[in-house]
Amino acid sequence: MALLRLEDVTKVFRTGLFGGQEIRAVEDVTMEVKEGEIVSLVGESGSGKTTIARMILRFYRPTKGRIYYKGRDVWRLRGDEVKWYYSEVQGIFQDPYSSFNPIHRVERILYKTLHHFHPSLGGRGVEERIREAIERVGLHPGDVLGKYPHQLSGGQLQRLSIARALLVEPSLIIADEPVSMLDASTRIDVLNIFADLRDKEGLSVLMIGHDILLANYVSDRVVVLYKGNIVEEGPAKPVFVNPLHPYTGMLLESIPRLDKKWEKRLEEKAEEEEYTAYRLKGCRFAPRCPAARKICFEAKPPTLKLEERSVACWIYSDYGEKS
Amino acid sequence: MREEVLRVDGLKVWYSVGGSYVKAVDGVSFTVYRGEVFGIAGESGCGKSTLVSSLVLLKPPMRHMGGRALFHGKDLFSMSGEELRKIRYKGISIIPQFALDALSPTKRIRDIILDLAAVHEPNLTKREVLERAEERLRLVSLSPKVLDMYPVELSGGMRQRAVLVVSTLFNPELLIADEVTSALDVTTQRVVLELLLEFLKAGIIGSIVAVTHDIASLYQIADRMMIMYAGKVVEIGPAEELVKRPRHPYTQALISSIPSLGVTYKEKRLSGLKGSPPNLRDPPPGCRFAPRCPYAFERCGEEPPAVELGGGHVFYCWLGVR
Amino acid sequence: MKLGSITETLRLAFRNGKVKAGTAVLFFLLLLAAAGPVLTPYQPLKYTGEPSLPPSPRHPLGTNMFGYDVFSQTVYGLRSSILVGFLGGAIATLIGVLIGFVAGYKGGLVDEGLMVLTNILLVIPTLALLIVIAAYLPYRGIVVESVIIGLTSWPWTARAVRAQTLALRQRDFVLVARMSGESPLAIILGEIAPNMLSYIFMVFILQFGGAILNAVGLDFIGLGPTRGVSLGIILQQAVLWNAIQLGLWWWAIPPGLVIALLLTSLYMVNTGLDEVFNPRLRGD
Ligand SMILES: Nc1ncnc2c1ncn2[C@@H]1O[C@H](COP(=O)(O)OP(=O)(O)OP(=O)(O)O)[C@@H](O)[C@H]1O
Ligand SMILES: Nc1ncnc2c1ncn2[C@@H]1O[C@H](COP(=O)(O)OP(=O)(O)OP(=O)(O)O)[C@@H](O)[C@H]1O
Ligand SMILES: [Mg+2]
Ligand SMILES: [Mg+2]
Repeated sequence: MALLRLEDVTKVFRTGLFGGQEIRAVEDVTMEVKEGEIVSLVGESGSGKTTIARMILRFYRPTKGRIYYKGRDVWRLRGDEVKWYYSEVQGIFQDPYSSFNPIHRVERILYKTLHHFHPSLGGRGVEERIREAIERVGLHPGDVLGKYPHQLSGGQLQRLSIARALLVEPSLIIADEPVSMLDASTRIDVLNIFADLRDKEGLSVLMIGHDILLANYVSDRVVVLYKGNIVEEGPAKPVFVNPLHPYTGMLLESIPRLDKKWEKRLEEKAEEEEYTAYRLKGCRFAPRCPAARKICFEAKPPTLKLEERSVACWIYSDYGEKS
Repeated sequence: MREEVLRVDGLKVWYSVGGSYVKAVDGVSFTVYRGEVFGIAGESGCGKSTLVSSLVLLKPPMRHMGGRALFHGKDLFSMSGEELRKIRYKGISIIPQFALDALSPTKRIRDIILDLAAVHEPNLTKREVLERAEERLRLVSLSPKVLDMYPVELSGGMRQRAVLVVSTLFNPELLIADEVTSALDVTTQRVVLELLLEFLKAGIIGSIVAVTHDIASLYQIADRMMIMYAGKVVEIGPAEELVKRPRHPYTQALISSIPSLGVTYKEKRLSGLKGSPPNLRDPPPGCRFAPRCPYAFERCGEEPPAVELGGGHVFYCWLGVR
Repeated sequence: MKLGSITETLRLAFRNGKVKAGTAVLFFLLLLAAAGPVLTPYQPLKYTGEPSLPPSPRHPLGTNMFGYDVFSQTVYGLRSSILVGFLGGAIATLIGVLIGFVAGYKGGLVDEGLMVLTNILLVIPTLALLIVIAAYLPYRGIVVESVIIGLTSWPWTARAVRAQTLALRQRDFVLVARMSGESPLAIILGEIAPNMLSYIFMVFILQFGGAILNAVGLDFIGLGPTRGVSLGIILQQAVLWNAIQLGLWWWAIPPGLVIALLLTSLYMVNTGLDEVFNPRLRGD
C-alpha cells in the first residue's frame, strides 16, 4: 500500500486581480509515494508544485479529490489526529530565510518542535537531540546555535530546516524546492542527506523541483507536472533517458550542462498570455508544443499506461491501452 | 587587439560595519572586451554582487578601499555622481539581483519606461520611446499589452523579460546582469539567457557581464569566465578551458559538484564542498580557500601567485608553482 | 525589522526628520502637562478675582469671562486630553488588535462573524454613537469618556490588523510553526505579533490622536465630562460666550492651538515612522 496517495486532487484559485478569474492550479492529480522511496515532482514555475505540497501538508484544502496518508483521509483528521499526522509528515520549504522567523534565534523552533513531539525528554536529552540533529545535517552546533536567521547563510538555514523536520522523526518529508536557492556545492550535500536517510532509515520524500538533473540524481520515480496536469510519470532512469512527453523533452534540453552547450535556440512558441492555457479545453501544453496538432487544442489527451510509466499526450493515442 | 571596455585593477570594496570591515571584494582584477560575454561565478556571499554594484553605485556601508575600474579609460571611482548618472543605462546598465522585486509595484511598465527615458534619453519623444519598447517586447516574445500591466501581473519569466527590455532600452555598451535567471525554472532560464545573447548579436548591447552562482548556465553563454572565492579571484580563463581543465582546487570542486547528465546517487555519490566559506571580517591569511582545500600545504598561508597558462587562462594557487 | 536590535531601529527612526520634529513637540507638550501645576498658582476652575483680563505677566493667557485663568485651564485641559488620548487609544488599539488577530488567523466563520460586527460599527458614525452613549450617562468623568471612545473606535484597527495577519499567516515560518505543533495562540503571540510591533505602535499613535479629536468633538457639543476641564470644554465655553466677537481672543486661540499642535505632532511621528518601517516610501 502506498504511504501517500493523491486521488483526483484539484485546486481552484479565484483571483481578483484578473477580473475574478478562476485558475485551476492543480487538476485531477493522482499520484503515490511509497514507503522508502524518493519521488520527484518536477515542473516549471507556476505548475502547481507548491500548491500540491501545501494541500498535502494541510495548508490548502483541495477543491476536489482526496489525499490519503496510510489510508486515512488527511483532510478528515481532527484534534489529536492532526498532531499524529505532523508527527509522521513534515515539510521543508524553498526559501530558507522565510522559513525562520526573523526576530527569533534559529534554535527556538527546534526546541519547540522537540517539546511538542517528544515532551518526555529532559533538559539534557533535549540539548543532546538538537546537537545530534544539527550534526546529522552536516553543521557544527557552535556555528549556528544562538544566531539569528540573517546571520546565517542560505545553506546553513536550509540544513537547519531539515534538522528541524528530522527531530520529529517523520516517515515522509514533503520538500518544496529544498535546493533551488542553494549553491551548487551545497545542493548535492542536501540531496545526499535525503538519499542517505532513505537508504538507512527508510524515509520517504516527495521532492519538488524544476531541475530534472537533480531529480534524476536522487529519486526513484519522477512525476512531471505542467500547469497543474501530470503529463508524464515513471521510474527516474527511463523517464530521463527516454522522455515520452514533449514537455519532458523540453525540460531535458534546457538543463544547463557542463559537457555540452545549448545548440540552437529552444524551439518554443511565444507565450503571450499566461492564463490562456488554463482556459484551454485540450492539452495545456499545446500552445507551446512544437508537435501540437488540431486535436491537442480540442480535447484532453488520454493518459496512457505502459508498464510502470504513464504519459498524457495525443502523440501516443494510437498505442497501448487507454485508461 | 580586442577593444577593452572595462578594466578592473586591484579593486577593493569593503563594508564598514560596527568598527570593522567586511572584505567583500579584496583585490580583484579583470578585463572585459567589446562584444564578449564575461561570466563571474562563485558561491553565495563571495562578493559578486558587491563587485558589480560598486561599479555603478557605491552605496554605504560600502567603501572603496583601493584599486580602479576603468570604463573606456576613465576611472569609475573618481567620477562625480553626475558623471556616473550620465553613463547609467547608456554606458553601463545593471540588472541588479532581485530586480524582479525592484520594479516599482505601483507603476505600469509603460510609466517605468517613460520615466527612465525622460532622464536618460530626453531627446526622444514619447512616441519614439514607446515604439522602441514595443519592438523590443516583441523581440522577447511579449505582447505590447505588457506595457499597460503592473509588474505583479506578470509571471516570473515575463517579468524577467520585461526587466531585460527596460534595462537595455538605451542600448548600453555594457550590460551587467546579476543573477538574472536564478529565480527562474530551467526552461525560462534558457529562454532568458538566449535572449541576452540575441541582444548582444543584434548590437543592442555592447558587452555583457553575467553574474551567477550557477556555473553550468553561465557556461552556456560565457566566452570567458572568472571564478571568485571569498572576495578574491581564484581563476580566470576562456569558458571552455576553465570548465574542461579547471586548475584551481576550488574551481575543480565547484565543477565536480554538478551532476553530469544521468549521474545518480545510487551509481555515483557526488560530494559537495566540506566546511563553509571564511568569515570575511577576518579571512585567513594567504589563500582563502586553504582551510577547505584538500591539497593545502604550508605555503598556502602566503598570498598565492598568479599562474599563467597561456590563452588568458590564469589561476591563483601555490600548486601551480610547485 | 529585527527585534534583535531595537536600538538600531530607534536610531533609524530618529534619523527621520518628521519623527524628530514630531517627538520634540510631543515631548514639550507632555512636559508642559506634567509640570503644569507647578507652573501656575491657579486652579483651573477657581475664580481669580478679575474676569476678562488680557494676557499679562500674572495671567500669561489672560482670564476668561468667569475670571478663570486661561493658562492653567489650558494646561489642565492638556492633561486630560493626553489622558483621553492615551486611555482611549490604548483601549481601541487593544480591542482592534485582538479582534484583528483572531479574525485573521482563525479565518472561516469566526472571521466572518467578527467582520460583520466590525463593519456594522464601522458604518455607524462614531460620533453619533458616542452622542447616544454619552447622553445616557448622567455623570461622566474623563475616564468614562475615554472608555466610551475606546470602545467605539477600534473597528478600522481590527480591519487593518486582520489584513496584516492574513498576509503573515501564509508566511513560511508560520506554516513551520504549525507543523511544529504550536497552538494558534502561541503562533499569534510568538510568531505573528512580534513581527507587527512597529505597525501596532503606529496604529496606537493614530488611535491616540483619534481619541483626542473625538473627545474634543464630544466636549464641543456639550457631551464631555460633567466635571473637570478639557481643551474641548474650554473651546466650547469660549464659543458659547462669543469670546472672539467680544475680543477675548486669548480665551479661544491658545487651547485650539494646543489641540492642533498635539494632533500635528502625532501625525508627524506617524508618517515619519511609516517612512522608516515601510521602505518603499523611503525613496532611494
Ligand atoms: N493563494 C493563491 N491564490 C491565488 N492563486 C494562487 C495561489 N497560490 C498559487 N496560485 C496560482 O496557482 C498556480 C500554481 O502556483 P504554485 O505556487 O503551486 O506553483 P509552483 O509550481 O510551486 O511554482 P514555483 O516554481 O514558482 O514555486 C500559479 O498560477 C499561481 O499564480
Ligand atoms: N550591507 C552590507 N553590510 C555588511 N556586509 C554586507 C553587506 N552586503 C553584503 N555584505 C557581505 O558581503 C559579502 C558579499 O556579499 P555579496 O552580496 O556581494 O555576495 P554575492 O556573491 O553576490 O552572493 P549571492 O550569490 O548570495 O548574491 C557577504 O559576506 C555579505 O554578507
Ligand atoms: Mg513553488
Ligand atoms: Mg549577489
